[in-house]
Amino acid sequence: MAVAHTNPPLQQAPPDEPLVAGGHDFASATETVSRVAESRTPKGWYVAFAIAVTFLGVLAVVISYLLWEGVGVWGVNNPVGWGWAIVNFVWWIGIGHAGTLISAILFLFRQKWRTSINRFAEAMTIFAVACAGIFPGIHVGRVWVAYWLFPIPNQMGIWPQFRSPLLWDVFAVSTYATISVLFWYVGMVPDLATLRDRAKTPLRRIAYGIFALGWRGSHRHWHVYEVAYLVLAGVSTPLVLSVHSVVSFDFAVSVLPGWHTTIFPPYFVDGAIFSGFAMVMTLMIPARQWFGLKDFVTLRHLENMNKILLATGMIVGYAYSTEFFIAWYSGNLYERFTFIHRALGPYAWAYWIMISCNVISPQLFWFRRLRRSIPVMFVVSIFVNIGMWFERYVIVVTSLASDFLPSSWDYFSPTLIDVLTYLGSFGLFFTLFLLFLRFLPVLALAEIKAIMPQAHAHHGHEPAHAGHATE
Amino acid sequence: MRLPHFLRLVTGQLPEDNPFGIVAEFDNPGALLHAAEAVRKAGYRAFDVHSPFPIHGMDEAMGVRRTILPFLVLGGGLTGCVGALAMQIWMMAYDYPLVISGKPLMSIPAYIPVTFELTILLSGFAAVGSMLFLNFLPMLYHPLFKHEPFRKATDNAFFLSIEARDKQFDVEGTRSLLESIGGRNITLLEP
Repeated sequence: MAVAHTNPPLQQAPPDEPLVAGGHDFASATETVSRVAESRTPKGWYVAFAIAVTFLGVLAVVISYLLWEGVGVWGVNNPVGWGWAIVNFVWWIGIGHAGTLISAILFLFRQKWRTSINRFAEAMTIFAVACAGIFPGIHVGRVWVAYWLFPIPNQMGIWPQFRSPLLWDVFAVSTYATISVLFWYVGMVPDLATLRDRAKTPLRRIAYGIFALGWRGSHRHWHVYEVAYLVLAGVSTPLVLSVHSVVSFDFAVSVLPGWHTTIFPPYFVDGAIFSGFAMVMTLMIPARQWFGLKDFVTLRHLENMNKILLATGMIVGYAYSTEFFIAWYSGNLYERFTFIHRALGPYAWAYWIMISCNVISPQLFWFRRLRRSIPVMFVVSIFVNIGMWFERYVIVVTSLASDFLPSSWDYFSPTLIDVLTYLGSFGLFFTLFLLFLRFLPVLALAEIKAIMPQAHAHHGHEPAHAGHATE
Repeated sequence: MRLPHFLRLVTGQLPEDNPFGIVAEFDNPGALLHAAEAVRKAGYRAFDVHSPFPIHGMDEAMGVRRTILPFLVLGGGLTGCVGALAMQIWMMAYDYPLVISGKPLMSIPAYIPVTFELTILLSGFAAVGSMLFLNFLPMLYHPLFKHEPFRKATDNAFFLSIEARDKQFDVEGTRSLLESIGGRNITLLEP
């Protein structure tokens, strides 16, 4: 904790709080992090896992029903051909972006505080992308020919249409999923070796041993490994920016009012990072409590994430107002109608949920006390998750429901199957996440050790102080 | 044909009575760094250090040369870039030309997103593949794994190993060198 300076008037900022609290040495850090995957499974885990698997089962049932019956089981109707499936797709893929931002972009910016949260956030990315991938896949209707999305030779001799943003999306999302898995796995190899070397049973030793690839901490390996990791971070950074840009092209390249705007790529990328950080907070706050990781995920980490939430939330708010301004300034009647319709029409309830959750609720983080309050940040993170879902709902549904011709307008209402499919995707997400918490190293142990003051080769030759590891 | 050392190792072609090398433990990253420097200055080349995390400054201390990995990644990226463009142009403009919304058959700007993604994808594959290849991983057997204290190398212990294939290697001389620079638990490793 910071020393409580009463009223510090324009003096030098106090040194940063240490990134690892609680006076850990290497052995106790190993012990604390490995214990999560090694101790007896807590009863609460079984309860949570049972609930998650139940929802996963619901997902399987509703998807089977969808395949049997057709997309008519959803609330999609004639003007609104993209219902919850696309809303959920954009929402889930957006959540993934925080993981890559934390693991790649903050890495390139040498933000050492990321080491405590990157493994966790990368896992979230992969599971969120898995959930996202389901929705466009089942939305195509005839799932059995979904392979037409890929340039695989078929009996018709025809190729997929490379001028279509929907095809760009296939490549962007599958590349994103693949690179995220590689990045996550490569980062995990040294920590899997730690679990291998601590394993008490032959089964664990063999299982972790295979996935640890025979890692032996050799410095000749570390040298190549660090360069490879840096390169992966370097390629992931433009990748993550491209993925949500391409997702936004699905909308922006069409001619619908409310979609056909050049602000979409940066606006979508920022919204993705915003929602992803909110999801990291939602998951991290309970996990650090339950698994005793408070020394590694300190209030300082949470406060930093809240600052990012505030900044990205403001950018999202700015994008909303720019859209409105351009709708008026462009002089385009349809564009202007669409935006007035969003804020005051039949979907106004969704629009104002979006504004309150995304623009208003993060404003609490202007205050240091609220930024460091666990209950406040947990509630705000949930609000942001909700708000970002409604943002996609507003974008997808309002533009489709009321386009150029009033005679083709219709109101969109979801069905029970829509709701169950969405809830079921949480089942998939949490099933994967709980398995991760149970069996894999939840924090990037090797990286955390490397930022501890003792890791410095000249440690002990000079007096250690609190900000030592943080530069 | 004489196999590379590590292949002779895993295929059991090293004679049984021939030790793999010698390993010593050091107290902390600083001691390991100085030990590596001393061993390099004593003329050893086939040695390695093992630590739970990468130690800053060790590259210079050990005299590790910069890896060629970035160039392999560049190769992967260029392959992805050229391959993706060629694939799209061939498919859209030559193999099955289809005019869509009056756009030209060779709509290069529309081919950029997929080209970009495949550049990234192949760069990523190249980065991970080259890392494994250059490090000879996976290698599930290694003589060091038979050394019980070595299990701590992924926890909180720091080791330096010198292989017997080094020209300078001689059991007694190497052992006394390691002793003189502060090595503990000095052990001869079987292959």
